[in-house]
Amino acid sequence: MAAPRQVERPLSPHLQIYRFTITMAMSIIHRITGIGLYMGMALLAWWLIAAATGPEAYAVFLGVADSIIGKIILFGFTWALCNHLLSGIRYFFWDAALAFELKTADVISWGAAIGGIVLTVIVWFAAIVLRGVL
Amino acid sequence: MVQFNLPKNSRPVEGKTFKAEGASRVKNFRVYRWSPDDDKNPRIDTYEIDLDKCGPMVLDALIKIKNEVDQTLTFRRSCREGICGSCAMNIDGQNTLACTKGIDECKGDVKIYPLPSMGVIKDLVPDLTGFYAQHASIEPWLQTKTAEPVKEWKQSHEDREKLDGLYECILCACCTTSCPSYWWNGDRYLGPATLLQAYRWLADSRDEAKGERLDNLEDPFRLYRCHTIMNCAKTCPKGLNPAKAIAEIKKMMVERQA
Repeated sequence: MAAPRQVERPLSPHLQIYRFTITMAMSIIHRITGIGLYMGMALLAWWLIAAATGPEAYAVFLGVADSIIGKIILFGFTWALCNHLLSGIRYFFWDAALAFELKTADVISWGAAIGGIVLTVIVWFAAIVLRGVL
Repeated sequence: MVQFNLPKNSRPVEGKTFKAEGASRVKNFRVYRWSPDDDKNPRIDTYEIDLDKCGPMVLDALIKIKNEVDQTLTFRRSCREGICGSCAMNIDGQNTLACTKGIDECKGDVKIYPLPSMGVIKDLVPDLTGFYAQHASIEPWLQTKTAEPVKEWKQSHEDREKLDGLYECILCACCTTSCPSYWWNGDRYLGPATLLQAYRWLADSRDEAKGERLDNLEDPFRLYRCHTIMNCAKTCPKGLNPAKAIAEIKKMMVERQA
């Protein structure tokens, strides 16, 4: 008998073909915002160190934070925090083996997704009102 | 390991088109094809199906293609009524059984792939060797230590009810191959189907190997790669909820530490 032909089997398509769902999307976003917050901690540390170092160091920080790019990053950081926070609350329920009905899981995931955006806008609105300018 | 792109040899290319002559109600079936007999990449063949001359289910269309158009099309099927789990595949972006999926449920072209992120044996037939080995690893049978009763092991109606939603699993692998965690860590993460079965025995009042079963699952990969993505519960053709069963196991782990 001839030796069996060695075949290199292909891997069947996965992410490329699977239909996205809100729970799947929020899981990925939770991971990405988590990484974003981790990186954002460096900026938070910079802010505190700059404040402790003195007026010149703080002015350098403000120059960056108050620029357009700085504001975009801050806005993104706010959203990452709000989204991660609300998305994280879902896991408290799930860890208690609650909220596993398909509808409930979808509702709380949409809630976290939309709520994260709403909360970000509220925080920025409050900040602008308190500060007087953007 | 997370690998978003398919390896080079796995990327599908456009294949052949088979026309349905003289048909008035036509639906396109876009089917994944791969043969081990040549060194070509997988391809997507298009079959036009005359819906007036075809049964209502996706499996009817596949059988029609095999009988009348292209005999080389390869897929598993047996009971054609959703109880054997053989014809599990990815239809219209979600894993399900071809025999219980209505053609009319699919909008536009019907896209058919093998179960995701598995080695392909041929066309729509995935290699489930690892899946079955994982299932065997949780020792899915009754284990007891006390002396064997004269007749059967008894169970109250209430305790029996705790197995509802668990025992109905047909091991079709739809859930396991829908799970992104399993796509990235399928070699070490047991996946939803196996974990649902693990819980089925943990939840059985007659079973006396709870401690050993939990010890076997206490592992960063085997159990804890579940991140509640919920694809498993959404895709299960039997309407079961593996995600919840996994959460129950995690709860048991915490409870026994207390």
